[in-house]
Parts: sequence; structure tokens; C-alpha cells
Amino acid sequence: MEFVIQNQKDTRSGFGEGLLEAGRRNPKVVAFCADLTGSLKMGDFAKEFPNRFFQTGIAEANMIDMAAGMALSGFVPFTGTFAAFATGRVYDQIRQSVAYSNKNVKIAASHAGITLGEDGATHQILEDIGLMRMLPNMTVIVPCDFNQTKAATLAVAEYDGPVYLRFGRPKVPNFTPVDEKFVIGKAQMLQEGTDVTIFACGHLVWRAIQALPILKEMGINAELINIHTIKPLDVEAVLKSVAKTRCVVTAEEHQRNGGLGDSIAQVLALNMPCPMEMVAINDVFGQSGTPDELMKFYHLDTPDIVEAVKKVVGRKQ
Amino acid sequence: MTINELERTATQVRRDIIRMVHGCQSGHPGGSLGATDIVTALYFDQMQIDPANFRMDGNGEDMFFLSNGHISPMLYSIMARRGYFPVSELATFRRLGTRLQGHPTTTEGLPGIRIASGSLGQGLSVAVGAAQAKKLNGDQHIVYVLMGDGEQEEGQIWEAAMYAPAKGVDNLIAIIDYNKKQIDGSTDDVMNLGDLHAKYEAFGWYVMEMSGNDMHAIVNILKLARENTHQGRPQLILAHTEMGMGVDFMMGTHKWHGTPPNDEQAAKALSQLEETLGDY
Repeated sequence: MEFVIQNQKDTRSGFGEGLLEAGRRNPKVVAFCADLTGSLKMGDFAKEFPNRFFQTGIAEANMIDMAAGMALSGFVPFTGTFAAFATGRVYDQIRQSVAYSNKNVKIAASHAGITLGEDGATHQILEDIGLMRMLPNMTVIVPCDFNQTKAATLAVAEYDGPVYLRFGRPKVPNFTPVDEKFVIGKAQMLQEGTDVTIFACGHLVWRAIQALPILKEMGINAELINIHTIKPLDVEAVLKSVAKTRCVVTAEEHQRNGGLGDSIAQVLALNMPCPMEMVAINDVFGQSGTPDELMKFYHLDTPDIVEAVKKVVGRKQ
Repeated sequence: MTINELERTATQVRRDIIRMVHGCQSGHPGGSLGATDIVTALYFDQMQIDPANFRMDGNGEDMFFLSNGHISPMLYSIMARRGYFPVSELATFRRLGTRLQGHPTTTEGLPGIRIASGSLGQGLSVAVGAAQAKKLNGDQHIVYVLMGDGEQEEGQIWEAAMYAPAKGVDNLIAIIDYNKKQIDGSTDDVMNLGDLHAKYEAFGWYVMEMSGNDMHAIVNILKLARENTHQGRPQLILAHTEMGMGVDFMMGTHKWHGTPPNDEQAAKALSQLEETLGDY
């Protein structure tokens, strides 16, 4: 498959466009935001649907529970804030009123991971996927570019149940086809291969794509699968691929603990043990820096994926 | 319902509470007994509801949220007596497989419960969200929420308290079960709540006070509050209650917050509460 960069866009803008479109399609779609309307790109929705937009001020706990209360009456509320405040800060509210009560609340979380950049570790949450995927009833989605984030937002609006939708701040290559349908829970095959499977999500998908030609030159025929839905995980696709390649690299902008790598490791340990390497943050907090600097510093870049693949292929014997 | 009928209903609810917590030897009798009169008045007199056809969305009817979910036996008894589910089911309270979980939940599908509560401080926010949904739907019905007084120590309460007046959520009636006691002792000792009336007023609420164990006063104030809705401000009722009301040895102490009576104590308690509607 050929990957063409259509433009450089932030995934959060994909959410903003998706939300606006979802609002036009369904009058029950409403949105809450805790004083980050610009950052979440929710301004267009707020302007077009002022009666369906709720500015909550800097009060995330209240926002989550109000959304749960509104979901009761058949509305489809999206809540918007940074991933750090959308998860850890309001875990108990999400746990009791959204996940346990199984309310149709969509938790939209921007500025996830270290690509938030200069704001530093207070805002660079790297634990959110783990927190959310531990909750029964919760669906966890991490799209990889602008187009996919927009499509995911539309799919999420149509899905009935709690969803955590994670996206980011920086402009990144936008390469998935415009208007490609997003199927929740269905892994996306990006390149078929035989020697190793790379499972990536979010911003790491493009970096993994860049690793493919490098690996090809080294004589490694890698399979690349975009796991945009961490939960429910497409177990069938994972096992089908690994049955063929017999070794795995995972790549994510998240802690090793609790993230995509953990999710895949659990499936493999139970069903198909095989060599595995994880490209992820390893039990440390982030720091200030530009997104690209940080991705290099924490070994989440293309060369790190290449190295992990070489290592895991070697372990296969 | 007449005041006398409401009082007799409340007495039976109190019997149910004692029998439920005694039956499973766990649960929270003190606060349940204290808040019985208020919630009885809501469900049997004030609220426009359709228990036989429970709708999760609450569209076209009043809605009630219990924020301090630990006083669930009170709510379960009232809901059963009002017709949401069979009274006989009260016997399953807190037992494995029951729909009557220790704290109210939606997972088991108990008619009448719309959201889980138990972790404190969340009910006011949920009620504000539900009230705003009613406004969007053009539904003139009212949302009620009951909170504990100790619960006012949760920061989230004040997020919602700030939001509701600022956004004109005026189809909301919040009630504080003001018994001045919490698990560790009196609210004065644990965390002085200060002047709750003045605090809510300063946040922009219309505040009233009432005796929460006097059925005449309750019905009058709830009627007044209902007339005051849709006038631009949310309303708060500070309901002065007595934890353990109706059972002499459970009153005037926080000891019965989360302690069930033994056989002898249960018998003594029940001897003070007339069986008005027939035990489950």
C-alpha cells in the first residue's frame, strides 16, 4: 500500500470537524467543554449549536456527571478537555456515573501523550489508555490522523455506550483516505508482511509507516496493523497476523504499563506466546520540549521501531 | 395523599428499613430513617411519575436522584411501596444476585434507578445535567436531588453549586438531609459546614429551610418550591432532620450511620413502628 501525505493536520481538528458534522446529522448530539473550547476545536460546534453547547468552566468532575445526567434523556453528550483532566482527574466520576451506569457519554480527550510538548509532564498524560481500558463497559479509541479522528468521532456519535476518544495536539501527516468509514473494534491492516507484526496506535502509526521501507531494505517484510480501537481489541486480527509472523512489536505514545502493548501481550500470553518488544514510555514522566525532540528522547521514533523490529526478529531465531 | 396517609406510609417505610438492614446485617439505618419523610412526600405526593411504566429517560415526568446512595434501603422501600417493583423483593436487599445492591445501581435493571450513586458528591451534577436535558426537550417537569450534609464536604458539590445558578438551571430542587452527623461524628467536629444557607445563597440559589421530619412542613415547602421553579434560579431546601428518626435509641447519635441492629434491637425498633401497610 502506498501512503500519501495529503496535508499536515492535528488530530484534534479532526475531532472538531467530526463533532460539527455529528451535530448536523443528529440533533441529540450535545457538547460540554471545561474552558478549552479553542484547544479542543469545539468552537464551530458551539457557534452553530449554541443551545447544545455547555461551557462548564474549569470543573471537569461536574462536567462528566452533567454529561451522564444528560445522556439519561437520550442525548449524546461529548465532553472535551485535555486527556490529563479527562481521565485521571475524574476517574471516579467516569467509573461510577459513566462506565458502571453505562451511560452514553463520549469522553473526548485532546493533548494526550508527550506530543503535547512544552507544557511538560503535568499535562502529558501517559496513563490514560490504561485507566480507561480497565473500566468495564468502556470503549477506548486512539485514531492515527486527522481524517481517521474525524471518522472516529462520527462513528462514536452513532455508537451507543461510553467511549474514550484520545487524540493530540501537533500537526502530523494526514494520510488515511478522506471519508474512509471507521469501524469501532476493527483493526486496520496497513501493510501485509510475513516476518514481524507491528501493532501501532495514534501518532506512532505514521512513524511505523516510515519504518517499513527501512525494514524492507534490511530484508525484513513487516506487517503493520493500526489498532485504533484498543478496547474492544480485535483479537481475531491480532492472532491471525501473529500466527503468520510469530513475533511482535507494539508502538504507542503511552506507558508500557496499561497501554496497547499490555493489551496485545495479554492476548498473546494467553493464546500464542511469542517474542515481543514494546516501543513505549517505560515508567517515567515526561518533560518540556518540542514534540519531535521528546519523541526522539523517549525512543518513540521511527529508528526506535526499526531497532525493536531487528531485536524481536532476532529473538525469533 | 393526606398528611395522615403520608405519615402512615413513612412509618411502614421505617419498618422496612429496619427489617432490611437487620435481614442482611449490613447497611445504613440512621440516615435512611432520617430522610424517610422527605422522600415519602416526594414519591407519594409531590412528584409526577409513572412507576408502572418506568422510563429510563424520564421524559414527561419528574425525576429524583439520590446522591447519598448509602441510604438506599429508604429509597428501595419507597420505590417498592410506590409500585416500581414488588415489595417482596425488599427481602433480597444486599444479597448475592439482588437488584437491590448495597448502593443503587442500574446494572441489575432495577426499575426506578437511573444512575449509580454511592461515591459521594456526584448527584447534584447528575441532576443539573438531567435538568438541562429537560430544558432542551421542552419538558416542564422538575428534577429533584437529595444530598447528605456531610457530602457537602466534597469539592464537586460546589462546582455544581456554582454552575446551576450561573446557567439558570431553574427546574431543579436540591434538598440537603441536614442531620448534622456523619460516620466519624458530628459535622461540627469532623468538618464544620458553616452556614450552608448563606453559602448556597451566595452562590445564587434560592434557599429555604424546613423540618425534614414534619410531614406538614415538608409538603408545604415542597409545594412552594414547585411553584418557584422556572423563575431563573435553582432552589435548595435545607431539611433539618434527625438521624435515626422513629426509633428512640437510634436518635441523637451517629452510631447507627452504618450499623445494623441485632435481633433484640430490631425487635425493639419494630415495636416502636406500627405495621401500617403490611410487612414484605
